[in-house]
Amino acid sequence: MRKIEPEEVYQKLYSAIKESGVILPKDVQEKIIHSMNSEAGLSKTVLTRILQNLDCASKNCLPMCQDTGMVLLFVEIGRDLDLSQVNLEEVIYKAVEDAYRDGSFRKSVVTDPLNERINSKNNLPPVIYYDFIQGDELKITGVLKGFGSENCSKVFMLKPTEGRNRVIEVVLETVKSAGGSPCPPTVLGIGIGGTMDYAAKLSKKALLREIDDINPDPYYKELEDDILKAVNSLNIGPGGLGGGVTSLGAKIEHYPTHIAGLPVAISVNCWADRKVKVVI
Amino acid sequence: MKHINLPLTEEIIENLTMGDEVLLTGTLLVGRDQAHKRLCELLDCGKSLPVELEGETIFYMGPSPAPKDFVIGACGPTTSSRMDAFTPKLLDKGLKGMIGKGPRYGDVAQSIVKNKAVYFYSFGGCGALYAEKVISSTVAAFDDLGPEAIRRLEVKDFPVIVAIDSRGNNIYS
Repeated sequence: MRKIEPEEVYQKLYSAIKESGVILPKDVQEKIIHSMNSEAGLSKTVLTRILQNLDCASKNCLPMCQDTGMVLLFVEIGRDLDLSQVNLEEVIYKAVEDAYRDGSFRKSVVTDPLNERINSKNNLPPVIYYDFIQGDELKITGVLKGFGSENCSKVFMLKPTEGRNRVIEVVLETVKSAGGSPCPPTVLGIGIGGTMDYAAKLSKKALLREIDDINPDPYYKELEDDILKAVNSLNIGPGGLGGGVTSLGAKIEHYPTHIAGLPVAISVNCWADRKVKVVI
Repeated sequence: MKHINLPLTEEIIENLTMGDEVLLTGTLLVGRDQAHKRLCELLDCGKSLPVELEGETIFYMGPSPAPKDFVIGACGPTTSSRMDAFTPKLLDKGLKGMIGKGPRYGDVAQSIVKNKAVYFYSFGGCGALYAEKVISSTVAAFDDLGPEAIRRLEVKDFPVIVAIDSRGNNIYS
C-alpha cells in the first residue's frame, strides 16, 4: 500500500485553487481566442474585454472574477492507497480556506441556506464527492463554481420515450432562459441517466473535461456536436448581446438508468471555467 | 466610444442609445441583493435612506477583498435580474443609472422609460479589468453586509454598453 503525506496533498491543492481563480485554463483561453475569428461588433468587443481581463488578472495576481465561487471537488481515492495517516477532509478544508484567504478571493459561502444566511467567512465548506478508483493515486479535480451561472443550471426528469430530440430541446430551453445571465460564452456540462441527483453530479463531472476533447463514444460525440451547434444558433452570444458564440463547449457524461426514467441535468458554467486538477 | 462624466443628467441620458459603447468617469454607488432589500424595506416603512439616490448610478457588484496596495479587489458585475423586484421602487426615488449584467424582467424596462433612466451592461466576469478602473472605494452604508455593503466608487474610463435606453430599446429583446 502506498502512503501519502498530508502536506503534499495540502500544498498541491492549495496552489491549484489559488491559481485557478486567477489564470484561466489554457484550453478555455485558446477557445475564446479562436472564437473571436467568427465574431464582429459587440460580440467581438465582449470577447476582447474578456481577454484584456485575463491579462489584468495575471498581471496583478487578482481573481479574474470577483465571484470566486463555491469549491466543488471530486476526490477519487485509489484502492491501493493507504490513507490511514491522512485526515483528508481536514486537509482539503485547510487548503480551501488558506487559498481563499491568501489569494484575496471573495468568501461567498453562507452557513445556512435559509435561516439567517450568515457568511462562513472562509468559503467553507466545499461540496465534495468521494469515489474509489483503481490504482494507488489520489486524484482531486473540481471547479470554483460561480453562482451567476449556477443559478441557470437545471434538472429535467424526462419520459424514457422522449429520447434524443427532447434532450436537445431541454438544453436549448435552459440556455435560452439563462440568456445573458450566466456570462456567456458558457460551458455546458450535461449529465444523462442515473437518478435525479446522480445526473446532476454527472453534469458537474462533465464540466471537468478539456474544452476541445472528443467524447470516445461516437453516439455522445455526435450529440455533443449537435447540442453545441444548436446552442450557438440561438444568437445569445458573448455577454448575451448577440452573436454566434453562446457556448464554448457542451460535454456529456452518461450512466445507466431506470426503465421508467430519463434524468437530464445541465450545469451551466460561465466563460470563467475555473478548473482544479491535482494528482498525487 | 462615448466618454461620459457622472452624475448622469437628463441630457446625457437622452443622448444614449442602445448598443452605445461608453466609458464612465466620476462616482457611482455599489449595491446588490441585500442592500436592495434593505433600501426597499426602509422606503416601505417611510424611513429615510442612508444614501441619496437622486441622480445616482448604481453598480450591482460585491468585490473580492482588496489585496495590499490595491484600492479594491476584483469588481465585476453580478446578475441584474435578482434586483428586478426592487428596481422600480428605487427608480421612482430618483435613481438614474444601473450597471450590471444580463436581461431585466418584470416592470424594470417600463420603469426605465417612465423615469427616463438607463441600464448599462458591464462585462460579466471581468473583475480584474474593472479593478483597474477604480480610483477609490469607500463603504457608504450597511457596513455589516461585508461584500454586499453599499459603497461609493470613484471610477475612470469604466467601460459599459447601453443595454436599455431611456426610450425602452432593449439589447436583450
